[in-house]
Amino acid sequence: MADRPEPAAWSDRIMEPLAAPLVAVAATLVLFGAFMALAGHNPLEVYRLMGVGAFGSWFSCQNTLQRAAPLLLTALCTALPARMGLVIIGGEGAFVIGGLAAMAAGLPLVDAGLPPLVIQAVMALAGMAAGGALIATAGALRHWRGVNETISSLLLSSIAIAVMNQLVEGVMRDPTSLNKPSTRALPDPDMLGTMPGMDVHVGLAAGLVVCVATWLLMTRTTFGFAVRLVGGNLRAARLVGLPVGPMIVIVTALAGACAGLAGMVEVAAVQARANANIVAGYGVSGILVAFLARQNPLAVIPVAVILGGIGASGGLLQRRLDLPDAVVLVLQGILFVALLAGEGLPRWSEFRARIVR
Amino acid sequence: MSATAPAGALSIEVAAMSKHFGALTALDAVSLRVRSGTVHALLGENGAGKSTLVKCIMGFYHADQGDLMVDGHVVEVRNPRDAARLGIGMVYQHFTLVPSMTVLENLVMARADVPAVIDWRAERARLNRFLDTMPFRVALDTPVSGLAAGEKQKAEILKQLYLDARFLILDEPTSVLTPQEADEILGLVRGMAAAGRLTILIITHKFREVLAYADVVTVLRRGRLAGGGAVGALSVDQMAALMIGDDRVAAVTERTMSGTGPGAVRLAITDLAVADADGMPAVRGVSLTVRAGEIVGIAGVSGNGQSELVEVLAGQRPASAGTVVVEGEVYRGRRAETQRHHLALLPEEPLRNACVGRMSVADNMAFRQFDRAPYAKGFWLSQAVIRAAARDLITRYRVKTPSPDTPIASLSGGNVQRAVLGRELGGIVHILVAANPVFGLDFAAVADIHAQIVAARNRGAAVLLVSEDLDELLELSDRILVMSEGHIVHETPIASADRTAIGRAMAGH
Repeated sequence: MADRPEPAAWSDRIMEPLAAPLVAVAATLVLFGAFMALAGHNPLEVYRLMGVGAFGSWFSCQNTLQRAAPLLLTALCTALPARMGLVIIGGEGAFVIGGLAAMAAGLPLVDAGLPPLVIQAVMALAGMAAGGALIATAGALRHWRGVNETISSLLLSSIAIAVMNQLVEGVMRDPTSLNKPSTRALPDPDMLGTMPGMDVHVGLAAGLVVCVATWLLMTRTTFGFAVRLVGGNLRAARLVGLPVGPMIVIVTALAGACAGLAGMVEVAAVQARANANIVAGYGVSGILVAFLARQNPLAVIPVAVILGGIGASGGLLQRRLDLPDAVVLVLQGILFVALLAGEGLPRWSEFRARIVR
Repeated sequence: MSATAPAGALSIEVAAMSKHFGALTALDAVSLRVRSGTVHALLGENGAGKSTLVKCIMGFYHADQGDLMVDGHVVEVRNPRDAARLGIGMVYQHFTLVPSMTVLENLVMARADVPAVIDWRAERARLNRFLDTMPFRVALDTPVSGLAAGEKQKAEILKQLYLDARFLILDEPTSVLTPQEADEILGLVRGMAAAGRLTILIITHKFREVLAYADVVTVLRRGRLAGGGAVGALSVDQMAALMIGDDRVAAVTERTMSGTGPGAVRLAITDLAVADADGMPAVRGVSLTVRAGEIVGIAGVSGNGQSELVEVLAGQRPASAGTVVVEGEVYRGRRAETQRHHLALLPEEPLRNACVGRMSVADNMAFRQFDRAPYAKGFWLSQAVIRAAARDLITRYRVKTPSPDTPIASLSGGNVQRAVLGRELGGIVHILVAANPVFGLDFAAVADIHAQIVAARNRGAAVLLVSEDLDELLELSDRILVMSEGHIVHETPIASADRTAIGRAMAGH
């Protein structure tokens, strides 16, 4: 069967998915470097500090992983539907509604004095159900009503955040939370613990497991095969009789459940309460991670760590160079735009064919 | 608008025009003379070269050879703007007005010299003066989306006339109209031609329209001039013979029979009604049955409901009424049903309808079976089984591909169709639905695919073959049905099949 030059095919296989993100990253480094230079800083020094801030010490590495943990899950909220040809950007809302639902389900169980493991399990299920329902709504609207899923998931996300604000300022408000309306706090014994040997909560492990599991689901199972078929050609999927509508709902629900689980981890491991703090942009950054990872659940892992590192380095830039820590958001923004602009570039194999000739 | 008033109908002459697309000769030294003030019909089957010829006249295509003369002078038309300057306009089969804008806005916008700031009052006055000279009007302030199809067609024609067209090409102008609307429109343009204001070249495949409205007819077949003359001098049968031809293609495949004739009814369609993408009725009450061991051919000019019929059988479009019964059970296009009844489909444009272009050849060949053993081991998918099965099918169906892992989109059309054929016919087949299965393929692939379809029939499958190519149907079918405007209008066993009768039925006569 191998009557094509094999080495070229080999390098194509490696380079095909990597080429566009790498070009985007390179362009971003140049543009952000120019921005830093204009602001009066040596770009190389900025990048060196970012490296130190992200991975320079055990402490900074843990900080990076802590930030990467929710991104692993929120990225899947975009990456899984993308396999079906859907562009979902409502991860922030699923994250928030997941956190809120987890608290709503967990607090009564705390009052009932149930053991922590039961409470945590119910909280996780509640968070996943809420996030799943939110994104599945966008999928269902898409299939049965023809509503653009990108717009509807974004709007549903805004609604979810508004619902959270409404409830924490209303029926779920802890009367003692004065400046920042919040729910009551989850007691310390019921909080999620940390991973053995490090100061990072178990949400990191959950994220890693879910990334690997969804990757297996999408690449190794009959369901994943059917998802690719639907995403690749709807007419062909109908021709072979696949239940397109239910599959869209299942995949969008799964995607929302991932982000909802991340929201549960945020309240159960970090914030202890649901309040405006959980609208921290993890869902939005997850979109960036998914696109950088080319919607591949396994590639999400390293990309989330890098993005977590960028976030973690903000503090160091602030202390050393007196830059606002929002400067890392500028970097993320440039990266996203570069990535989207790079989608139109020729594929690697075409590009190589052009220069090799 | 030009400063001079329209000087009346133009005459056009095409001299020995040829046009090639790669290896395909779309137009082979066709000559045509359209006298001023006449209605000239251009008749032919799909792919006969009618569209290519008018697109060359309009400047969409550049003829490889041949000249175009307008009023006796050789002209060069490089693009549709040149054609418009010469006074040649075209009304397309599908509407081109902007639906959300009013008729007034559409007509003003179509002008070649729209000013940056539009004086609507002056434009309206000018347009009203223009409409006063026309035999028909359209409400200026109605959004085009609110007009009935006949009114839209009138507005399209008015637009061309407002742009000073004195030679008007109508491309199947009545395909989207009711018979009443069609009569009204054609009567109006005929009147304008008789008055010496316009020359009309009308593309059609409906004999009725030719007989009622045209002065002269030219028939094209396979890119060549097949004949023509004054409408009164030709009978419908003569026109049908010119259009369809009587050259036989060598029969390649023997249809064998066990002697008992066709078996049990495998596919029964009853009173099926289907709407097209715009919600208009496309299939109107079709009933038919296909028995085991027979090929039932459906003939018809494209756009008469055949593709919607096939889409219902493929599960790609819901039926609005009627039932499809497969082996005695109601069929709704679900996966379990297609698997249980061993239903195979060869849709037209396989890359668009039956494949995922960026997935591998092997994956594409597994679409029917991937969720069953041995492809699936419970929840898990065996890539090794998929690839092994694909290698087997690739050999059996002679699919030329560098490897089973090549994305199917990079294969040639014939090999894509062979791959789909292997997938659909590689296992047990009880029912096969094929739609234009050899469209655009080379001779070798055509012979191959025809042989496979007949082989499936000889093994006892019930085959429904929908095709726009009458030769293909005459060669393969046991029985032929003709579909026109969503109805089955003619049925004949192959033994008594008559080209002329079929051609007339196809043309809705």
